[in-house]
Amino acid sequence: MTVTETARHVSISTEGACVDFPIFDAKSRSLKKTVAGLVGGNIDSGAKVPIIEALKDITLHLEHGARVGLVGHNGAGKSTLLRLLSGIYEPTRGRAAINGRVAPVFDLGVGMDPEISGLENIMIRGLFLGMTRKQMESRVDDIADFTELGDFLRMPLRTYSTGMRVRLALGVVTSIDPEILLLDEGIGAVDAAFLEKSKKRLSELVERSGLLVFASHSDEFLRELCDTALWMEHGQIKQQGPLEDVLRAYKGAGG
Amino acid sequence: MTTVAGGPAGGSGAPGGAVGSVTGMSSVAVGQKRPWKAALDDLADGWKQRELWGHLGWQDIRQRYRRSVLGPIWISITMAVTAVALGILYAGLFNNDLSVQLPYILVGFIVWGFISGCIGEGAEVFIANEGLIKHLPAPLSVHVYRLVWRQSLFFLHNLVVYVVMLVIFPQPLRWTDLTAVPAFLLLAVNGAWVALLLGIITTRFRDLTPITQSIVQLSFFLTPIVWIYDDLLNSPNPAVAERARLAELNPFLHFVEIIRRPMLGEPQNLTNWVVVLVITVVGWALTMLVLRRFRSRVSYWV
Repeated sequence: MTVTETARHVSISTEGACVDFPIFDAKSRSLKKTVAGLVGGNIDSGAKVPIIEALKDITLHLEHGARVGLVGHNGAGKSTLLRLLSGIYEPTRGRAAINGRVAPVFDLGVGMDPEISGLENIMIRGLFLGMTRKQMESRVDDIADFTELGDFLRMPLRTYSTGMRVRLALGVVTSIDPEILLLDEGIGAVDAAFLEKSKKRLSELVERSGLLVFASHSDEFLRELCDTALWMEHGQIKQQGPLEDVLRAYKGAGG
Repeated sequence: MTTVAGGPAGGSGAPGGAVGSVTGMSSVAVGQKRPWKAALDDLADGWKQRELWGHLGWQDIRQRYRRSVLGPIWISITMAVTAVALGILYAGLFNNDLSVQLPYILVGFIVWGFISGCIGEGAEVFIANEGLIKHLPAPLSVHVYRLVWRQSLFFLHNLVVYVVMLVIFPQPLRWTDLTAVPAFLLLAVNGAWVALLLGIITTRFRDLTPITQSIVQLSFFLTPIVWIYDDLLNSPNPAVAERARLAELNPFLHFVEIIRRPMLGEPQNLTNWVVVLVITVVGWALTMLVLRRFRSRVSYWV
């Protein structure tokens, strides 16, 4: 997001960062109390506008070279944490400092337009990920090769099957040079043969990137890409440390 | 490569305790930027991403006419048909010469199209881009620049009709009428603050979007676009002339006039420029205050 000239090194640090969502249209809710505590963050129903505390007191410090896996139940705050780390959500309380160009890959399809051709989508998706037009032009052939879509790249995206779209998106995403790479799960939805190929590109991408945070439910993927891990629960960091330790504790707790 | 996944390493399940700066982090990090700087950075960083919003603005236009044979030419055709039809209608109603009424309506319409586009789309600029805002850490201004750029492209397409009109109904243009160019730039600068301000407010208070649309529609009738302002001012009926003065309280009048007058070869009116410049300064000042205060909240509200 912000690259300071004086500080070329890549890092993310947060101190007691909280993310509170005001829910403006939920003033008269009857389930208030019962909902809290089951899944998701805490709902503070005392205030005028109900607030969901999606993240609470997040303090962490990631430096160049960090390869962090993010584990936790659905609604534990993994995606929100990724958005906090990318700068999309600025903390409502506490602090967050992001140093480096962020490439957030939360949703493979975001910014894709079904009415335009695959090639044009490659360009747009690249621009969204912070690349310049020139950079993308020099990479288009490589991406086209990888996707194996051939002449289909000249067809509008709406004619593609889901699998083809994923190929295209993965091709673009894995071609960039991010300083901070934030990956959300859901990247595994490709056919087996293609998955092998994309795994290689994915690990190369991770190699190139200065810092990785990867949210996933797949132990296999996590072991491949990460060496440390962070366990989120109820919007808080439950545990952080070496990957295997965290995974063991997480599984032990019935995850 | 030292990996420091902050916090007490080794997995003591302490939920986010205090953490000292591990491994000599030279804390040049951006820190919590001061709000004024953050607001200005938003505008500047967004401007730097010209390639992105420039591309998207074009895409929006092509997208709208995708799969149609004529494509964006439809923009010009629609404008031409409207102007000709209304020109004939109102020339008849007001008993004016078509060669006066039609150019007046056409130019007024072209300018109004830009104004109402910036306001109408501005009132949902962030709501419409919810997906992008939640998935990409881009400055808010990117969406606003894209909107204003798209509206400018519409404006340029409509200028084609204006050129055709000049052939049919020549206007007494002089070099000084090139003031229409800075006038349009000024209009675009105003379009940006309006979209930014309205975008932020309507994201928080959704009811304001339909209200804004109604106000824009009403303003169309209050602004001299189909009716000729000067004719009313010079009306033999003193009551009408008196009432016409009230139209000057309408800020839109001044924005339309600084562009329409030169485009029809009429001399510029200083009052119009003063009003527009004052609105530009006040509008941007107000917008910066709101941007400073609520910029970081927009991604929470969408």
